[in-house]
Amino acid sequence: MKREQIRKIEGVIALSLSTFSAFLGLFWLVFILGDVLVHGIAALNLSLFVNDPAPVGVSGGGLRNAFVGQLMITLFATLIGVPVGVLGGTFLAEYARGTTIAKVISILSDIMVSVPSIVIGTFIYAIMVKPLGHFSGWAGAVALSIIMIPVVLRTTEGMLALVSWDLREAAFALGAPYYKVIIQVVYRGAATGILTGILLSIARVAGETAPLLFTSFNNSFFSLDMNHSMSSLTATIFQYAMGPYAIWHTQAWAASLVITVFILFLTILGRIIIKWRYK
Amino acid sequence: MSETIEIEAKGLNFYYSGDIHVLKNINLPVYKNTVTALIGPSGCGKTTLLRCFNRMHDLYPKHRYEGEILLRKENILKNPIDIINLRSRIGMVFQRPTPFPMSIFDNIAYGLKLQGIKKMADRYERAEKALRHANLWAEVKDKLHASAYELSGGQQQRLVIARALAVNPDILLFDEPTSALDPLSTAKIEELLETLKKDVTIIIVTHNMQQAARMSDWTGFLMLGELIEFDRTEKIFTAPSVKLTEDYITGRFG
Repeated sequence: MKREQIRKIEGVIALSLSTFSAFLGLFWLVFILGDVLVHGIAALNLSLFVNDPAPVGVSGGGLRNAFVGQLMITLFATLIGVPVGVLGGTFLAEYARGTTIAKVISILSDIMVSVPSIVIGTFIYAIMVKPLGHFSGWAGAVALSIIMIPVVLRTTEGMLALVSWDLREAAFALGAPYYKVIIQVVYRGAATGILTGILLSIARVAGETAPLLFTSFNNSFFSLDMNHSMSSLTATIFQYAMGPYAIWHTQAWAASLVITVFILFLTILGRIIIKWRYK
Repeated sequence: MSETIEIEAKGLNFYYSGDIHVLKNINLPVYKNTVTALIGPSGCGKTTLLRCFNRMHDLYPKHRYEGEILLRKENILKNPIDIINLRSRIGMVFQRPTPFPMSIFDNIAYGLKLQGIKKMADRYERAEKALRHANLWAEVKDKLHASAYELSGGQQQRLVIARALAVNPDILLFDEPTSALDPLSTAKIEELLETLKKDVTIIIVTHNMQQAARMSDWTGFLMLGELIEFDRTEKIFTAPSVKLTEDYITGRFG
């Protein structure tokens, strides 16, 4: 056989294998999303958002406690994680640029990104839940913020590094001290990138279940008290999906749909901002 | 042409990364309200010299100045020095335009804010004055709040000049200000510098010999960190007293 023919056959084989793999991956994705969509839409109703869970055996009831708990835990995780991540990224990209400590921290946070989230859950359990003797919304928020920090930190570092050094020198040449250069010039240049990183990190933690099971646990009642165990969508889905009642299953589907759409929305928003900024 | 010295390097030596000796015993007077051009082959130290005048090297570790730079008789290399005040008296414009990621007006207001000018009316007045001064007012007066990135490269460079002018500097340093621009924008910047020297003293680093000949009053020729020759521009370009200078400007090397 001629060399060209062999190459053509190799090309066809490689193409078919990679196309097959791509479709195999996509198939499960579409299957899962489709399943969530079909079951979720069927289960959606207003009562889900305005009512708290009804006792087993009583019909109706909703998941208001879980929606509110999820929002509160995510909100406080963001309030803790974003400032730490942004300031840490600023330290790495500006004050410690090029130093060994910066490189070590960068590598460590890359490792942190891939630490299984259940490990972070058990860690917070050991330092916040066990000593205090009870689960709490705060412990959940801290666990999620620990997952967020390395993501935000690395994005911030990367985005600040993209701002050209000339721009900083130009600000220095006008007599600006370094902190003003960073806050007023560099952050502006990197703002959309950092914002995108923040959105994606929120999307990342919003779907976490394992760390919450060890920290905020779950609560069948509506509660705004971050000092006590708090319900969340993901923990509720976990509990309801495992439970024996049909109504629980239906509600778990609805909750899955809501959280999937929420995360999808954040991710798409992040992509749109990147595209709009770097077109 | 006045003969008052505005700023002067005296026995200036500069080292970076510990002990790399970049500028060797530079003695360079710069006269008030003139344009002084620094020319020389790449790596000769002309940009390094320029950046000594506003102490830009202070941003980087392990630098060392020796000797004096006298700004109106005051040594700006002594420590401690009010660097913010120094940099407002000696502005700098870079090779590539460096507008900040904000509106045209905010770019100019940035330096004014640093100077503590709080009233918006004052900021607008100073911004208009600076933009007129930089021949940019007519082009931007209807879009002061548009992003500075919407301007062309040449306009951005004039905006950056306006930003430097707004804080009323005594001296402006230009580091190859036209090397990233097209010929038309270059001509506009050159014209602008001609008119600016009534109010400020200008030091310009340029790779372009014609540019130095066209627009400067004095020229310094540097090579390997030494100031080989410094004289009136017409003298340098017609009858240089050092053979090396002649070789360089006639294009025999560099």
